[in-house]
Amino acid sequence: MSVNQVSVFLENKPGTLNKMTEVLASHNINIRALSLAETSEFGIVRILVNDVFEATNILRENNLIAILTPVLAYEIEDKAGDLNSLLEKFTAANVNIEYMYAFAGKTRAYMIFRVNDTKKAEALLNSKGLKSLTQEEISAV
Amino acid sequence: MGNYFQEEIECAPIEKIKALQDELLPKQVRYVWENVPYYRKKMEAHGVTPEDIKSTADLYKLPFMSKADLRDAYPYGLLAVPLKDCVRIHSTSGTTGKRVIIFYTQEDIDLWNDCTARAIVAAGGTKEDVCQVAYGYGLFTGGAGLDGGSHKVGCLTVPMSSGNTERQIMFIMDLQATIICCTPSYAAYIGETFKEMGYKPEDIPLKAGIFGAEAWSEEMRRDIEKTLGIKAYDIYGLTEISGPGVAFECSEQKGMHINEDHFLAEIIDPDTGEVLPEGTQGELVFTALDKKAFPLIRYRTRDICTLTREKCSCGRTHVRMTKPKGRSDDMLIIRGVNVFPSQIETVLMNNGYAANYQIIVGRINNTDTFEVKVEMTPDMFTDNVGEVQARRKVLEDGLRAMLGIKAKVTLVAPKSITRSEGKAVRVIDNRKI
Ligand SMILES: [Zn+2]
Repeated sequence: MSVNQVSVFLENKPGTLNKMTEVLASHNINIRALSLAETSEFGIVRILVNDVFEATNILRENNLIAILTPVLAYEIEDKAGDLNSLLEKFTAANVNIEYMYAFAGKTRAYMIFRVNDTKKAEALLNSKGLKSLTQEEISAV
Repeated sequence: MGNYFQEEIECAPIEKIKALQDELLPKQVRYVWENVPYYRKKMEAHGVTPEDIKSTADLYKLPFMSKADLRDAYPYGLLAVPLKDCVRIHSTSGTTGKRVIIFYTQEDIDLWNDCTARAIVAAGGTKEDVCQVAYGYGLFTGGAGLDGGSHKVGCLTVPMSSGNTERQIMFIMDLQATIICCTPSYAAYIGETFKEMGYKPEDIPLKAGIFGAEAWSEEMRRDIEKTLGIKAYDIYGLTEISGPGVAFECSEQKGMHINEDHFLAEIIDPDTGEVLPEGTQGELVFTALDKKAFPLIRYRTRDICTLTREKCSCGRTHVRMTKPKGRSDDMLIIRGVNVFPSQIETVLMNNGYAANYQIIVGRINNTDTFEVKVEMTPDMFTDNVGEVQARRKVLEDGLRAMLGIKAKVTLVAPKSITRSEGKAVRVIDNRKI
């Protein structure tokens, strides 16, 4: 099962990222993970939050462009070599990664992957013994 | 040259057309006077009654109508028939203010379809042709207008509407479409896509295209003709008057013949309202001579062009108009090139953006800088930086093709463009000249 990431368009100027966090904070939305891609003119913020639909709605209400993007989330041990063995499975399954980011939980770490064809990639990785996390599982972390 | 849909009227002696107009105009003026209180009030305020209008020579006595009148009278104020006699509406947004709704009786639709049929036949269309209509269908008049004409001619009509370019191409190839109708910028895009897919012009079954609804240059015409391997015909119209087909290009490609049996054209000085002699550049004004539901008299189009009655070798006698240069009131000159905000708007809309933009002109080292800020939309946004950049590049290329000069496109947040009294500020000119 893929997980919904919220992707947000931000102009590359002071205060825009803060405006987004302010909107989310005022609605009690917790950001679990965040990754930022930027050009000289604009940026794209990708976040995992506890309530994706609420987050998308309130961001839109506040004139921010927010869309949902399917990503794959995997749990690994928070120890040396575990990310490597995870990525080896991506290589073995011939899955190309567009971008990735991570966040650490209390005992384990979580890797988020954006791939081209999410469903196909998930099936391929599944056949290599990798089970992706569901929205509920990632929210419960 | 015999490509006529209604030869008798299209090639009628000029005296005959004049006589028809002289007969229709007084009738039409009386018709609006009797059926549209808004007109009667306006004419009374102007000190003119139907008795004063005996022929087209009296046309100058009548007051002008403008988009402001259409907004004032929104939605039913200019309707001349009971709603039950109307069979359709179309609507136009325009750059400022609220939408305008235009009503049609079946007769109005028929005469409009005749006009677009004339355009299709002038472009070489016959019942043997497969005519793909890639204008938007819906409130916009493009799709319905050409669709109706295509039916009248008896072409096999392919009602594609705009967008989904790969499917457009699939239908062109599979059904061997010979005529395509769309906006010129979309035609250019289809041409590019054909090229990317590896098709050569000679592989493409199309032979003619009918393109309108936005400003386009001769260079753009040559480009489209080359990539699609077709002859590209211009068509002109505006929703307020009926839609595309008010005027159309013949095989000579030297201006568009105005369908004068239905639409009476004048050129006026946009500042004084004075009627200008033939051959002078000015604002185009139309009077619909026989429309029933929404009959506009002396409607100011804001389009700047020239009329000529010089004999056309296609055999048609109707007056020709040059390609409009754009709206009179908001032209900018950037790096020596005339730029109309409406052209920018067209490129944005054709690329899936809303018409929320701002033009910023400046001057550095004696050279004009030209930036267009465009508000991002959820539809055009993805989580992929490269993709967003690529879409921005498509916009820049589109602007360059349309305007002939390079603009820098900056994507900005929704609703971030400065608004003053609710209206977006479209142009910021920082040049100190
Ligand atoms: Zn001609």
